[in-house]
Parts: sequence; C-alpha cells; structure tokens
Amino acid sequence: MNINLTLFAQAVSFAILIWFTVKFVWPPLLKAIETRQKTIADGLAAGERGKQELEAATQRSTAAVEEAKLKASSIITQAEKRATDIIEEAKNNAKAEGDRILAGAKAEIDQEVNRAKEGLRAQVSALAVAGAEKILRKEIDAKVHADMLNTIANEL
Amino acid sequence: MAAEKLTPSEYIGHHLSFNAKSVGDGSFWVLHYDTLIMSAILGVVVFGFLWWVVRGATSGVPSKRQAFVELAVEFVDDQVKSIFHGNRHAFLAPLALTVFVWVLFMNAMDFLPVDIMALFYHSIGLDHWRSVPTSDINATFALALSVWILMIFFSIKVKGLGGWIHELFCSPFGTNPLIWPANLAFNLIEYISKPLSHSLRLFGNMYAGEIIFLLLGMWAATGLAGTFFGALLGAGWAIFHILIVVLQAFIFMMLTVVYISMAHESH
Repeated sequence: MNINLTLFAQAVSFAILIWFTVKFVWPPLLKAIETRQKTIADGLAAGERGKQELEAATQRSTAAVEEAKLKASSIITQAEKRATDIIEEAKNNAKAEGDRILAGAKAEIDQEVNRAKEGLRAQVSALAVAGAEKILRKEIDAKVHADMLNTIANEL
Repeated sequence: MAAEKLTPSEYIGHHLSFNAKSVGDGSFWVLHYDTLIMSAILGVVVFGFLWWVVRGATSGVPSKRQAFVELAVEFVDDQVKSIFHGNRHAFLAPLALTVFVWVLFMNAMDFLPVDIMALFYHSIGLDHWRSVPTSDINATFALALSVWILMIFFSIKVKGLGGWIHELFCSPFGTNPLIWPANLAFNLIEYISKPLSHSLRLFGNMYAGEIIFLLLGMWAATGLAGTFFGALLGAGWAIFHILIVVLQAFIFMMLTVVYISMAHESH
C-alpha cells in the first residue's frame, strides 16, 4: 500500500498515452466523423430541398391543369356559340337565297304568263278576225249588200 | 499454487503482494513491475487498436469496427461537451478518452479469475503478479496526480499566474483581506482533497472487488457447499462488477473532465 517510484513510472506512461491519443487517435477520427456529419446534413438538406421543389412543381402542374381545363371549357363554349352562330347565319342566308330564288322564279313566271297572254291576245285578235271573216263571208248577200253599199256610195 | 497449506491471511497476502523490485535505497525506490507491465500492455494493445482503426477511418460508411470506436469516442465527446465549453478537441476530449478507455481496461482485468491466472503466472515463473493495475494505489494516484498537475497548469494558463494566485486568496468567499486566510485554507483543502478522492475512489472500489473475489475463492476451497456457493456468489459478484468496472472508469473520466474544466473557469 506504499507509495513508491511506480507512481512516477505510471504517470510517465499515462503522459505518453495522452500524447498519443491527442496526436494520433482523436484528430483523424474526429475529422472522419465531422466530414460524415456534414455529408449527412448536406444530404438531408438536399432531400428537404428536393421535397419542397417537388411540392412546388406539383402545385404548379395542378394550377396549369386547372388553367388548361378552364381554357378548354371556355374554348368549347366559344366554339359552340360560334357553331350556333354559323348555323343561324347559314339558315338566314339559305332563307334569303331561297326567297330570292323564289322571287326570281315568280317574276319569271309572271313574265312568262304575260308573254303567253300577249301571244294569246295576238292570236285571239287574229282568230277573232278570222272568225269574223268566216261569219262575214257566210252572211254576205251581194244584193243586199250591194244596196247597202250603193246607199253608202250614194251618200258620198 | 504452493504445495504447502496456506492460512487465509497468507493466501490473501500472497495474492495481494506486488511483483516489486527495488531499484535504489529505501522503500520509495521500488517499482511494481506487475502494475507497470500490465498497464503498459493494456495501453499498447488498446490504443494500438484505436490507432489501427483510426488510421483506416473513412468519412463514408464506417465499418462495424470503426462504428464501435466512434460510438465510444462520441460517448466521451458528448460527456465533455456537456461540461466543458472551450475548444475540447484540442486536449480535453482526447484526454477524457484516454482516461476512460485505459481505466476501463485496467479495471476489467478484475474479471480474470485470480487463481487460474495465478496458475498461469506461476507456470511462467512469476511468484507474485497482480493483474489489476488500478488496484494499486500507485497507479490510481499517478493518474489523479497527473490530472491534478494538468488542472493547475490549465488554471495558470487560462488565468495567468497572478489570476490563479488571486483566485487562491479571493474565492470563494470574497475579496476582503480579512477572509483571505479562509479562502486560502478552503482552496488548499480543495486542492488536496481532489486528487485524494479522485484516486482513492477508484483504488478502493477495485481493491475491495479483488478482496471479495479472493474471499469467495477461499470459501470455495473449504468444501462442496463452499465451492457451490462460492461459485454462485462469485458469478453474482462478477456480474455486479461489470457495472462497477464501467461505472468507476466513467466516474474517473467525468471527474477528470470536471476538474480540468473548473480550472478553465474564472471566479
């Protein structure tokens, strides 16, 4: 139980071990640990950033899809309206055209009728003249008429 | 074991004597070769292992070996970090690692079964050999005194010689010259008690542990019942001793860290 020189010898070996640890054991291991910690922290930060970016991108894409849907529906509405308009216009045009054709046809018919009437009229007078001639030819009595003609001639 | 029958006190005395060689005149000039060689072997093996692992240390995915060493290092580093607020990596944390690992392994020599080891030592011609360096007061006192010197060194380094002397006289009670003697007495008692409690705590635990193992071993030699209960209690004490070995190494490290970080603080 007595204190002796062992104490100093032991203290010397302790000092050597401390020096060894301070110099050769601690620094490289600490460097390795700290480098790894930094790598892990960076990795985690990058992961976090990636997650946020993904979230933002998802939001952006959702918004884009919404906008596209809205645009599409407005385009469809516009197209439908335009189609209705075109159909309406076409109907109107067709009707106007029909009316115009009808009116032209009517006018032509009227003209034809008039022309026919004119023709007929001319023929009626010729017929009337021919009829009258026939009648007249049958009715004529040269004696009678000679008297009448003589009378007329006398009156001259 | 010697052929003749030993009395209990002879048995214990035999197991507790050092392999002492006198290197000069007087009882001071004696070296305990067992303490020195056991601690040196442990130091070389354990710190050689650490060095070997650390030399191949990678900052990438660590091997299991490296992860184990890192576990120990980070355990120590956490303890130091919670107490000391300076640049711990320069000296204090490696010091704490040295103390913890070395004391742990010196304590762990207590697990070696005394009589079987004695057979082994006798077979290589060693009559007296103590396996546990920390049950030698010289070893624990060497550690505690080294820490004590470091404590004073850092105290003077941080506060300057004047600051340190000022602190001796003016803390903890105040700067009034009338209470300088009280302050000085208080500080001296503190400076004396620190290395004593530091070293004797470890020594006492390890020495007592060894004696209990010896007593149980002696009981085992008395007969069948003694062998049975001696073995049973020996196993129980060994299991309990696992706790003591680690705990005492931990306490020794923590006190080292506390003392030296206290030396860094000005009052």
